[in-house]
Amino acid sequence: MDQILEGLVQAFWLLVTLNHELYLILFLTLRVSGIAVALGTIVGIPIGASVALRDFMGKKLFISIVNTMMGVPPVVVGLVVYLFLSASGPLGILRLLYTPTAMIIAQVIIAAPIVIGVTVSAVGSVENGIRDKVISLGATKTQLTLTILQEARVGLVTAVILAFGATLSEVGAVIIVGGDIRWVTRVLTTAIVYETELGNFSFALALGAILLLIAFVINWVLTRMQWSGLRR
Amino acid sequence: MRIPRAAAATLIIILVGAAALLTYQYYAQNSAPSPLAATTEFTTESSSPMQSTSQANATQGPSQTLVLATTTSTVDSGLLDYLLPVFERQYNVQVEVLSKGTGQALAIAAQGDADVVLVHSRTLELPFVAAGYGVHRVGVMYNDFVIIGPTNDPAGIATLKTATKAFSKIYQVAQQGPGNGVIFISRADMSGTNTKELSIWAKIEVSPGNESDHWYIEAGAGMGTVLRMANDMKAYTLTDRGTWLTFKDQLTNLKILVQGDKTLLNPYAVIPVNPEKWPQRNYKMALIFAKFLISPEGQDLIGNYTKGGLQTFIPIARNYTAAAGLGFPDQPQEIAWYDSTNPSSMSISPLLTMTISNEFGQFNQEIEIFAAAH
Repeated sequence: MDQILEGLVQAFWLLVTLNHELYLILFLTLRVSGIAVALGTIVGIPIGASVALRDFMGKKLFISIVNTMMGVPPVVVGLVVYLFLSASGPLGILRLLYTPTAMIIAQVIIAAPIVIGVTVSAVGSVENGIRDKVISLGATKTQLTLTILQEARVGLVTAVILAFGATLSEVGAVIIVGGDIRWVTRVLTTAIVYETELGNFSFALALGAILLLIAFVINWVLTRMQWSGLRR
Repeated sequence: MRIPRAAAATLIIILVGAAALLTYQYYAQNSAPSPLAATTEFTTESSSPMQSTSQANATQGPSQTLVLATTTSTVDSGLLDYLLPVFERQYNVQVEVLSKGTGQALAIAAQGDADVVLVHSRTLELPFVAAGYGVHRVGVMYNDFVIIGPTNDPAGIATLKTATKAFSKIYQVAQQGPGNGVIFISRADMSGTNTKELSIWAKIEVSPGNESDHWYIEAGAGMGTVLRMANDMKAYTLTDRGTWLTFKDQLTNLKILVQGDKTLLNPYAVIPVNPEKWPQRNYKMALIFAKFLISPEGQDLIGNYTKGGLQTFIPIARNYTAAAGLGFPDQPQEIAWYDSTNPSSMSISPLLTMTISNEFGQFNQEIEIFAAAH
């Protein structure tokens, strides 16, 4: 119990004293997760929406594959990305292993299926009535799509929130492809693993508290976006 | 079947994005300011973009990076935090440390993902060199392993003098039944400590780890975690002395029970990755690093490093008798080679002629020499 309290105090102290290493770790964590979620969203929402709005052969198969991908252990993603980026792998020549870019690549592969999967169900559950009404008002195809996306907004933001949560809390993949190198690829989760291994439990917990704090701030902003204008 | 237009658009975005990323990567690598660019072809390859970002506010960023795959013990004991800043300043290089078990460190290097290794497992190092992944393996330092266990010592090994006798006793008492509280925790992670432990079991012809061996716990974890597990479970385990000293204060239920046996000696070797196998690695900087570790200056630094007032590593690079006893029979030739080699020349010759099997046979005899010399 003392260690938990001590951890919280330490978290506060590290934040207010602008601990240099902590802020490097924090910045890298946000950068990796932020870019990964942004790319995952750019890729995921169009794919998810177009899958939901159209009928084509293999649609159910595609959705099943996406839903399975949502459940793939990140550490497996990390291992596959490692084997691709390793000097002996097909993309070894790019020399991306043990860089933040490698971590972003792994995180995009983790985030994109989440965005696609949630988008498919959010867009798919927009009522058909709305669709018919918009068409009867003479909307173009683009206008129709935009209206449906607008209607599915709550679900789409949920997709982004879930993807953020997954990438922020991810540890298995980034430790494999990033190597947890101090000053270079150490993010909050891998720092927690490292400090726990060293037995610095309250420091590890302090990092955990900071991670939670960031997650909360991001969620708060996104949730405000999600529900703004929807109060009835 | 129609391909949805949005999906096609997305594919294009992915391709364009990937192309942009790769272009960025390419330019970031090639435009990194590098005072040594004129003298070596390696500088451009080894600078990476994150370096330029993470060090943007440094007054004078290092021009190169060196990826060192090493064991948790060199990091957790604090040795590298003490040595590397000296090296980095002296050679204007940033060392990226991958701290893994010896097995994983060597696997990473064999894949071509590290420039140099600093590890401690003869049984894994020799095949690594024999397979051509590393060159010029040379002894740097040693410390020793100790067998630790619960203070009440239920297996009664505290009076025993050798590791094999202690392991036999643990095995015998554990076999008598689960009620007597004898538990042994194994790292089970192919680390140097783990391979040493397995070699001791092999010597007494025991191979624990069957499903029914409830006394033998395979943790698959690092040394710090295993030490804490042993403390919580009141169990025996094998640890290197450096890590033990680091964590000793947290481990109130444990104490050293067997130490000082020559089979428990723990030599560390540095091995640059073979540039013929992995030409894109920073072989030049790997050689400079190895030369630094075995230089009189580097050896003095290692010898002067203390943890809690105690010396953690004993340098052996230039003590040929000790090195021979610790499994480096070619130490004089290797040191002479390093001393006479200019890293820029990129030579890997000659000395790859040693016969591995012979060396294995000599090991016990060498240990005797080493024991006599001390």
